[in-house]
Amino acid sequence: MSTAVIPVEAKPRTTYLNAGQTLKSWLLTLDHKRIGILYLISVTFFFLVGGIYATLIRLELLTPQGDLVSAQTYNKLFTQHGITMVFFFLIPSIPAVFGNFLLPIMIGAKDVAFPRLNLLSWYVFMTGALFASYAMFAGGVDTGWTFYPPYSTNYANTYVIATGLGIFIAGFSSILTGLNFIVTIHTMRAPGMTWFRLPLFVWAQYATSLIQILGTPVLAITLLLVALERTVGIGIFDPRLGGDPVLFQHLFWFYSHPAVYIMVLPSMGVVSEIIATFSRKPIFGYKFVAFSSLAIAIVGFLVWGHHLFTSSQSVYAGMLFSLLSYAVAIPSAIKVFNWTATLYRGSISYDAPMLYALGFIGLFLIGGLTGLFLAALGLDVHVHDTYFVVAHFHYIMVGGALLAYLGAMHYWWPKMTGRLYPEGWARFAALVVFVGFNLTFFPQFILGYLGMPRRYYTYAPEFQLLHVLSTAGASILAVGFILPAIYLLWSLKKGPIAPADPWLATGLEWRTSSPPPPENFERTPIVTWNAYEFRPQEEAEVIGGGKPDASSLTGE
Amino acid sequence: MAQSEVTAQHAIAHHPALAHHFENMEQQREASTLGMWVFLITEIMFFGGLFLAYSIYRSWYPQVFAEASHHLDILLGGINTVVLITSSLTMALAVYHSQVGNRGKLVLFLILTMLLGLTFLGIKVIEYSHKFHDGLIPGIHFHYEGPHPQQAQIFFWLYFAMTGLHALHMIIGVSILAFLIYFAWRGRYSPEYHSPVEISGLYWHFVDIVWIFLFPLLYLVGFHVKG
Repeated sequence: MSTAVIPVEAKPRTTYLNAGQTLKSWLLTLDHKRIGILYLISVTFFFLVGGIYATLIRLELLTPQGDLVSAQTYNKLFTQHGITMVFFFLIPSIPAVFGNFLLPIMIGAKDVAFPRLNLLSWYVFMTGALFASYAMFAGGVDTGWTFYPPYSTNYANTYVIATGLGIFIAGFSSILTGLNFIVTIHTMRAPGMTWFRLPLFVWAQYATSLIQILGTPVLAITLLLVALERTVGIGIFDPRLGGDPVLFQHLFWFYSHPAVYIMVLPSMGVVSEIIATFSRKPIFGYKFVAFSSLAIAIVGFLVWGHHLFTSSQSVYAGMLFSLLSYAVAIPSAIKVFNWTATLYRGSISYDAPMLYALGFIGLFLIGGLTGLFLAALGLDVHVHDTYFVVAHFHYIMVGGALLAYLGAMHYWWPKMTGRLYPEGWARFAALVVFVGFNLTFFPQFILGYLGMPRRYYTYAPEFQLLHVLSTAGASILAVGFILPAIYLLWSLKKGPIAPADPWLATGLEWRTSSPPPPENFERTPIVTWNAYEFRPQEEAEVIGGGKPDASSLTGE
Repeated sequence: MAQSEVTAQHAIAHHPALAHHFENMEQQREASTLGMWVFLITEIMFFGGLFLAYSIYRSWYPQVFAEASHHLDILLGGINTVVLITSSLTMALAVYHSQVGNRGKLVLFLILTMLLGLTFLGIKVIEYSHKFHDGLIPGIHFHYEGPHPQQAQIFFWLYFAMTGLHALHMIIGVSILAFLIYFAWRGRYSPEYHSPVEISGLYWHFVDIVWIFLFPLLYLVGFHVKG
């Protein structure tokens, strides 16, 4: 029942890329794909900014003395690094870029439920980023990304309010994205696209969106309280006025721990897609993987107290939070086991996205298991606020979230741009990232275990070897990031034209042309198959806008 | 927009209010209603932070909170409660008349709702100015006669933060009503297309319910304690 669409020679195929070439057509677009691209450019920029801070941090730590920057500057560097990476890169990264671009296509819809809100969310994000950038250029902030009072409220004389306001505003963009996705998944699925036919990326996005709408408002009100405390001294976090600084920690981590799952759940969705495609097997235990996303989102809301083991929290609360933190390991392990079972006897090909996905599984495993060390009440007292914690969360956020972001970038690059990237270079870059990452952060586990505290710009001379290794790893990692930047940009002009389905994958996004037409499909797809149901290629019908050709990319 | 060319080809008597990416009015209505419910959940979490702070400090300083609450005007607060509940009734009636397509009654009840909302805000202004004259504005300008003035200050700033945030939502609600009245007057809403009225109604009721919690927590908490 395939309908061959023959492109009319004279008229170039309309794609979302050439449907309007003016700047205005991009800045006022309501097309979810273009909004995804706007986010892609913005968050990649902030990744670069956060990366520059990281570089300066690693350079300072090359020697035990403080010779590159002052203590005050160093405090600002790690604060800005954390804020930029967490709030302006990791949280919007996969949901706002790939979620926006792919989610409506994956469920067979023409757009998200609220295209105007979607565009608004980008402007809100950029407004927040503007405030944060103003604070950055005016002199920065030095409280750590956690804004703990009383330092942030009473003592820090840096730009706490401007930065806090930036995060407050950017938070609303996160809420709008989450709201949009939830409603889109509920109401916009194509005929036949039942809940259990949804790609696992969509399930992961759904779980992420739940956290975004439930957690982010709490962060917003918390930052508002910090601003009020700082300006008029209302006393809510000030013990001299009857308040309690620990209340801030509870409120802050009620969002910021689940926020870790905002960063990593979409990555898990990406990995599920990639593992199934490059093993050419349906994902093992689809429903378990789907529900484990929801379980992580829900249980993730009940573990924030493990950040307060040393903050005068009651021992019984600590025990409960420890137990619940261990409970998160269960759904996480379900995912890792199911991915591994999917690989078993699959016909695996090691394309670049797969290398990133396999890297994710290994690094997430290390990051997750060291998380259990930290969830143990006794051990946590020893390694609390040391490099062990730093290494742990970088294994989750860089080894997990960032590797999946790069994997997603390569996997869907042909779909988004209509061009293939150079596979050899991409595999090489993936290996460089993996080696560089491990060399950067594995020594930090040892540093932390030996007692090196985080957030110090000088250290005892016996730690120097490990710090030098870490800095060396960071430079290799930087090369691993610069390489894709070069060859992906190169491929925009010079890469081979991508077919609709370069990976012989199964999702609906591969049933439309690369790049997709503005309305995603020529007609509403009717879904009669399950996710990851691999079929002979000739049966897969393309319901996009015809065959790829060079004119469809440039519109000339 | 470029998309319109594609849809125009198979546009068979679409409702003018149907957005291009929806299949039909029913899907569009479902999406906007669910969207509003999800938004209200985020609102609950937003207010939730303040309610949590209230719970903690009240359980720490129950006596001070009870005494401080005597400085609030139960009569004005009570009148405002009645005003808001009545406005919820008129809003519900407006939604009903938008569903049956009764334009005159729709406009009437929307205007009544807006007037009640403005009444609430007016009374709130009177209350706030009383607090200002009594020197009960926390932070810069706070003179409290009773015991533990610092703990009482926490009560008062919770009072201002919670009722202030609520009043902000009322102002937004009244502005939404102004738009609704204008479009209802122009005859934009019909039994086929009335979801803007419906979801604004949901929002209005939500703001009303927040007040239903705020009134006893702030005004009545000291009612049974001799002041």
